[in-house]
Amino acid sequence: MKSSFVKRLTLAASLMLIGGSAAAQVKIAYIDPLSGPFANVGDGGLKGFKEAAEILVNQKGGIMGQKLEFVGFDNKGSPQESQIQLKAAIDQGFRFITQGNGSGAAHSLIDAVNKWNARNPDKTVLFFNYAAVDPTLTNEKCSFWHFRFDANTDMKMEAITSFMENDKKIKKVFIIGQDYAHGHQVARAAKEMLARKRKDIKIVGEDLHPIGRVKDFAPYVAKIKASGADTVITGNWGNDLSLLVKAAKDAGLKTRFFTYYAGGLGTPQAMGASGENQVLQLTEWHMNVPTKSTEKFALDFNKKYPGLYFYYLRVNTMTEMVAKAMNTAKSTDPKAVALALEDMRFPAENGEVWMRKSDHQLMQPLFISVFSKQDGKTVKHDSEGTGYGWKTLASISQRDSQLPTSCIMERP
Amino acid sequence: MEFVVISLLNGITYGLLLFMLSSGLTLIFSMMGILNFAHASFYMLGAYFAYQISTWVGFWPGLLVAPLLVGAVGAAVERYGLRRAHRFGHVAELLFTFGLAFLVEEIVHLIWGKVAVDYRIPLELDGTLFTLFDTSFPIYKGFMMLVSVGMLVALYMLLTRTRIGLIIQAALTKPDMVEALGHNVPRIFMLVFGGGTALAGLAGVIGGNAFVTEPGMAAAVGSIVFVVVVVGGLGSLTGAFVASLLIGCIQTFSVAMTLSITDVFALIGVALPEGSQVARLTITQLAPVLPYVLMVAILIFRPRGLMGARES
Amino acid sequence: MSSIFSRGRLLLWGACLVVAIALPLVFKSGFMLSLLCQIGIMVVFALSYNMLLGQTGLLSFGHAVYYGLGAFITMHTLNLIGKDGSPLVVALLPLVGGLAGMLAGVVLGYVTTKKAGTTFAMISLGIGELVAACALMFPGFFGGEGGVSGNRVIAKQAFLGFTWGPQVEMYGLIVAWAFLATVAMFALTQTPLGRMANAVRDNPERAEFVGYDTQRVRYLMLILSGLFAGIAGGLTALNYEIVTAETLNAHTSGVVLLMTFVGGIGFFYGPIIGAILISVMQIVIGGMTHAWLLYFGLFFLFMVLMAPGGIASVITVQHKLWQAGLLGRMLPHYLATALPVLVLLAGLVGLIEMGYALLAGEGVGAGDTATKVMGMQLQLNAPEPWAAALATAALGLLLTRWIGGRTRVAWNAALAALHGDKA
Repeated sequence: MKSSFVKRLTLAASLMLIGGSAAAQVKIAYIDPLSGPFANVGDGGLKGFKEAAEILVNQKGGIMGQKLEFVGFDNKGSPQESQIQLKAAIDQGFRFITQGNGSGAAHSLIDAVNKWNARNPDKTVLFFNYAAVDPTLTNEKCSFWHFRFDANTDMKMEAITSFMENDKKIKKVFIIGQDYAHGHQVARAAKEMLARKRKDIKIVGEDLHPIGRVKDFAPYVAKIKASGADTVITGNWGNDLSLLVKAAKDAGLKTRFFTYYAGGLGTPQAMGASGENQVLQLTEWHMNVPTKSTEKFALDFNKKYPGLYFYYLRVNTMTEMVAKAMNTAKSTDPKAVALALEDMRFPAENGEVWMRKSDHQLMQPLFISVFSKQDGKTVKHDSEGTGYGWKTLASISQRDSQLPTSCIMERP
Repeated sequence: MEFVVISLLNGITYGLLLFMLSSGLTLIFSMMGILNFAHASFYMLGAYFAYQISTWVGFWPGLLVAPLLVGAVGAAVERYGLRRAHRFGHVAELLFTFGLAFLVEEIVHLIWGKVAVDYRIPLELDGTLFTLFDTSFPIYKGFMMLVSVGMLVALYMLLTRTRIGLIIQAALTKPDMVEALGHNVPRIFMLVFGGGTALAGLAGVIGGNAFVTEPGMAAAVGSIVFVVVVVGGLGSLTGAFVASLLIGCIQTFSVAMTLSITDVFALIGVALPEGSQVARLTITQLAPVLPYVLMVAILIFRPRGLMGARES
Repeated sequence: MSSIFSRGRLLLWGACLVVAIALPLVFKSGFMLSLLCQIGIMVVFALSYNMLLGQTGLLSFGHAVYYGLGAFITMHTLNLIGKDGSPLVVALLPLVGGLAGMLAGVVLGYVTTKKAGTTFAMISLGIGELVAACALMFPGFFGGEGGVSGNRVIAKQAFLGFTWGPQVEMYGLIVAWAFLATVAMFALTQTPLGRMANAVRDNPERAEFVGYDTQRVRYLMLILSGLFAGIAGGLTALNYEIVTAETLNAHTSGVVLLMTFVGGIGFFYGPIIGAILISVMQIVIGGMTHAWLLYFGLFFLFMVLMAPGGIASVITVQHKLWQAGLLGRMLPHYLATALPVLVLLAGLVGLIEMGYALLAGEGVGAGDTATKVMGMQLQLNAPEPWAAALATAALGLLLTRWIGGRTRVAWNAALAALHGDKA
């Protein structure tokens, strides 16, 4: 047992050496869960980045002739482990990192990067956030060294409530969410924004349940039903969302569900037919939003990686924008890249996007869509092989999804 | 009234599901004294086996074959793993099941991937059984309740009306005596463990498609089944049954309540300071952790559980 | 009792301290330093856990509660101090964490330690679940998903040249605390309370008979164990400068249980070995292969079934053999067994890695057709690599059983000789 252990250790050491010596590329460390329960999410993201780097950057000349490469670092979803992996990446010469799964890890990384850069001004690191949506990351805790390429919770709720504003059939809303920061933020934003936009809408109920612990949502559904709500807003994701939708169908509840995360990473599969015409989602893109080249990109991706489904358009947007910033700045120095990214306007596949200088939040078009039967026309593609896909109901332009920020950025 | 009836129905349904999940554990726990941490993993294996079989030959063969397969796996685990660990005492035994749960989850990841699989309710059972006050009650839930009650009756008959059942009963209170009478206790152990895990497998076959079949499903129910067994009392099948229903109803009704902690304290005449986070918590928010409160309370005030035969 | 700090022991402790201090001079990279810091914290945590499991016989599934609460209180105190404190105060903060852990022990332990055995295990599980659930419900104190963060560099002026900013200074602080805590915990094992804890573990009835209140002994041990777990928590808070709800959930409790058990619960130094080994496995092997969780699980089951006394017990037996002059006789057998075991492992690793690559791709979801295992490029759609790996594993298994059988004979003979000597 002991000898095999020594062998593994030497192997690890030699791997690290090899990793450190291949330096003729621009490398970005991808710090997300690659093992454990959330590995599927992390793995899908990494494959997306690798594919985007290859097709959208390297096949088009790369970054000043160099290749762009994403390398995975497994943070196991833990904020502490994220910091250890950050150190490992810095040791191996990485100057750019990206992360997205879990705002806890994002907070941990943003802190660690800020401190590292303050203590090592000659070896700064830049953090691209592709999916952690806690609004504070671009408000109270905003940082010059952090860029977010996903709309935050508040912006998404702004878009959802703008849509609800125009739908006069909505009278009574029920809010249900997971009992942690994200669920609280969604509930708070929904109440505030609805009060501002539609005073006549009544919030008939608001429930929080512990995350990932509810097996049977029937009692919650009974409560929604008893409240007479016609619309449900939820920030739930994963099983908490699938089970809620399934329980609603079982009990014959006919309300609409406005969601953040119904569109990907196994949820459509788990919901199946029970989500038809009842589940709506807000995303920056889905397969049935017409694009120039992403449709082909996505289909190729799905074919190349059976079992995975292309989901994050923002991964492509981010990869292209980062490459563009490096090419414009003619530098791969983190500070120069950050300055080039600031205020950048970029024709992304979902429309024009803008990286706001004041808080480093990307402004991008958003789409509200509903889970409907695939019909080959408006619902050309289904989602995760379920026979159901997303039908666009409304699109919100980049300009309309903007919200003011409280960020006071310390600039180097 | 309407709401109470529906909540009661939901509570009983959930309680029966819990009983289905924990009956096998009670059997193993009472007979062998093992806190089988991997019990929920066998539940998960049942769901995945049934899914696999259903993609080949349909749901109904899976209903029979998957639990048997799980039972066989369970028996093998007892024979080649637990029995060895048993020699090193209860802690080693427990840690063995702890590690096993870990391993099963990783193997499921490997074979079936990390996202949910598309394990569906059979068409025959998809639909509405009856509609009560405008709320529909699905056939499949009725089916689950039927199986759960069937399990209780069958187990009860097995334990009280058959020879092996009597030996198991005897071994529960006087294991040494049973051994001395010449019964092959290790073989009984293997059968009990296999049987207990097969019950978990059956729960998986039925629960997997009613809920979601995914690699996290074992961890999600892992600790609640312990609550049921502990609250019900060691070695008491009836206790587990009562505890299941109790927990099911407590949870359902507490979800239905909109009282906050402040209101509760106001009822008993204590005013809490305004605005603190504790004061704003609602009973609904606390609902899913109430079973744990119940468990801790039971362990403190009545360690043998509601209907237990003996302590630990 | 006079030999608590015998010369040999003092030498050993001194050597350990010197090695711990010298390590950063050898491993200069930031990654290794982070790893060493993590190990230092885990050593304290695992030792505190063993005060319950190893010394008092209390199996806890909720030890992370004390660790996590210690971490949160430390972080809040750090933020309270703000800019007014000095680095000396920061250096003493883990003690605040320790006191918090101790207080949690006083409150929760009163409830949990009334009973031992399974009842204790189940109560600790329940309380662990409750506290973990509360952590998500009260974002005001626990910081919600983002956790609570702070900055350990609170003042411009340094204390003896330390600001705790650079990781290496933090490492020094961790080593100092870990060393102090370890000495204190060892000293505790030698006190009457420590001895009584052993008695309560082994034979509660007799302990009662002698006139000790077993419940009280358990309660005191839990409080003290909470103290040291809280210190470990305080160190994590300072080291990572962020504390999230996961520090007090069931996963953390599980990890510390694994560490302690793998290291060996029967020996004081067992948990130290376990903490080092498991931390290294998690971080280093986790970085090498996506199958690490599987290896981890297999390794754990192997330990439970083959060496339930943990690594420490294996070492101790070798040490005894060496003292009896019997180790020389066994060494050739060890070497002879190592070879087939290596062959077996190579085959198994090959199979597992290929299986992962085929079924899960680089992580999940995509079937790769080729993979690199131990430096070899393998085609997964061809049967040859599979056959080769299977054959290697089978050969290894056969040889292991054959040579292992002979080793066992020699082993039993050596053990008999050892015990014969004693008698």
